[in-house]
Amino acid sequence: MSLSTAQADGIAPVLLFGIGNPSRGDDAIGPLAIEQLQALGLSGVELLTDFQLQVEHALDLVGRREVVFIDAAASGDEPFSLEPVFPAANPGAMTHALSPAAVLEAFGRVTQAPLPATYTLGVRGYGFELGATLSEAAAANLDAAVHMLVTRFTESPDD
Amino acid sequence: MSAELETATSPEKLKRVVIEPVSRVEGHGKVTLLLDDDDRVQQARLHIVEFRGFEKFIQGRPYWEIPVLVQRLCGICPVSHHLAAAKALDQIVGADQLTPTADKIRRLMHYGQILQSHALHFFHLSSPDLLFGFDSDVARRNIVGVAAEYPDIARQGVLLRRYGQEVIKATAGKRVHGTGAIPGGVNKSLTGEERTALLEDIYQIIGWCRSAVQLAKRLHLSNVGLYNSFGVFRSNMMSLVGPDGDMDLYHGVLRARDSNGNLIFDKLDYSHYWEILTEEVKPWTYMKFPYIRSLGPDAGWYKVGPLARVQNCDHIPTPFAETERREFVDFGSGQPVHATLAFHWARMIEMLFAAESIKDLLHDDDITGDDLVTSGERRERGVGVIEAPRGTLIHHYRVDENDQATRANLIVSTTHNNQAMNAAIRHVAQRYLNGRKLTEGLLNHIEVAIRAFDPCLSCATHALGKMPFNVELIDAGGQCIDTLVRSSRERCP
Repeated sequence: MSLSTAQADGIAPVLLFGIGNPSRGDDAIGPLAIEQLQALGLSGVELLTDFQLQVEHALDLVGRREVVFIDAAASGDEPFSLEPVFPAANPGAMTHALSPAAVLEAFGRVTQAPLPATYTLGVRGYGFELGATLSEAAAANLDAAVHMLVTRFTESPDD
Repeated sequence: MSAELETATSPEKLKRVVIEPVSRVEGHGKVTLLLDDDDRVQQARLHIVEFRGFEKFIQGRPYWEIPVLVQRLCGICPVSHHLAAAKALDQIVGADQLTPTADKIRRLMHYGQILQSHALHFFHLSSPDLLFGFDSDVARRNIVGVAAEYPDIARQGVLLRRYGQEVIKATAGKRVHGTGAIPGGVNKSLTGEERTALLEDIYQIIGWCRSAVQLAKRLHLSNVGLYNSFGVFRSNMMSLVGPDGDMDLYHGVLRARDSNGNLIFDKLDYSHYWEILTEEVKPWTYMKFPYIRSLGPDAGWYKVGPLARVQNCDHIPTPFAETERREFVDFGSGQPVHATLAFHWARMIEMLFAAESIKDLLHDDDITGDDLVTSGERRERGVGVIEAPRGTLIHHYRVDENDQATRANLIVSTTHNNQAMNAAIRHVAQRYLNGRKLTEGLLNHIEVAIRAFDPCLSCATHALGKMPFNVELIDAGGQCIDTLVRSSRERCP
């Protein structure tokens, strides 16, 4: 490895990052979206997933043109909402996780590079109990979200 | 000190202040303060709605799935759960002595986790408070402010995290949901390429860790009056130590000292931990209060984590960290250091120890060996204990003749520190909040005390819309007077 924050060669211009715990009901939306997208082999798109966002994920944004964080949303629009993200810090005494905005803020801080166009894709979920499976309603929302992503990153690759 | 302010005499007549992150993500945690008409604190409690569903989650699963499954309990320290479970299941499969390769790969994984976790806590979560002051301008008291004034510190924090993650990836197979540790050993060792890549940067990592210790020490020594008194309380301390008393965060025997540093017990085999430790239930919280059985609940509670470990061991087996440990111990002038804010200094000593341990392991040819798994006589019960970043972590399983888990009991680090965190916030509430109009800066003092322990309430879900952190001031009639929200300020209608 290298302790560098410089841009690497050959990096995919688009990053789709699924956030969530596969074992907590509809919180699995993020990783399941990545699983479905992997099967499609989108060109120019890198797919990553993790339980929670952490500060080092800022380095996964290096060299990207566009980044979409895919996460379950406990409230808000159905089937999903796509919102732009702007840098912001989020301290807290009882949490270690970062918001997408905080990851973007960390990216700017450690790389000094131009920010990628960044969005949060909040896919509506309903139940988040440990050991639960994805609910039917969330599954339908997930399908709609994946369809939107496929359309966005295959039909207009140069947008 | 601990019992004082735990329960007010006439709580119905008092104003209530609630500091509550409305989050299911890392469990629910909140602080309630009851104030009288003169704003004097009459009661202070830290409530943690501990997540207890994991025992049921694990029951009925084949035992070999458990080290992977338990990583889904916590998005913050999954490696600690992974390794504690694997250690417990070593006993189930009768693997009393792992192969040298398996033992060292697991240690490498663990020290990667310690490194990245401690780096996150110090550089990202705590440094704004420590560098700018607890009640400094909230607009500046965040990592953005740190980055503006201390850009190298902010950058090093991220890269230390990333290095720790690379160690985990090399040993566990991937950055997330790794499968490296299995009952009886590991399923991979390091390739030559992985070893070379990690060696390339380890000396830089050690250099940054040494600088981090100096920074934490300098902050403490530059304001000894504050750092020694803030949230201070005396207590017992417990941790694993190596068989010879050295610091060992992966494996060892249980040792506890009293508040004066005298041994309470030592060299105790953790496989029967319930004979030493038990838990008290209190009516106002779901989270239990562990204590040393022989001392009882009032005198037997203890703290775990870096502050306990650095002082519980006799020696740290890596040179730079040992030099720092000696200086830390000398600072106590013959008495244990109980300052809550000394957790930060101790944590950085441990981070340096982790980095030096990674270096030593990377130079050990056993890590590229191919003798990965061992086994022995099958057993029904297994207990695994590890020193996770936040403190002692206990996993305990029973497995039936069909290889299915029938019982699981986990005691996590934050539970061990439950009473200690309550003691810290009571001290802070009494010292700083009594009789004063509450402001964001004053309430942040409470958060600073909690944060020093690096509590993790995580159960690894974090759906959007579940992350705000707010403070509500409610009068004796239940009327909301004021609300403070982390990202903005809102008023009750």
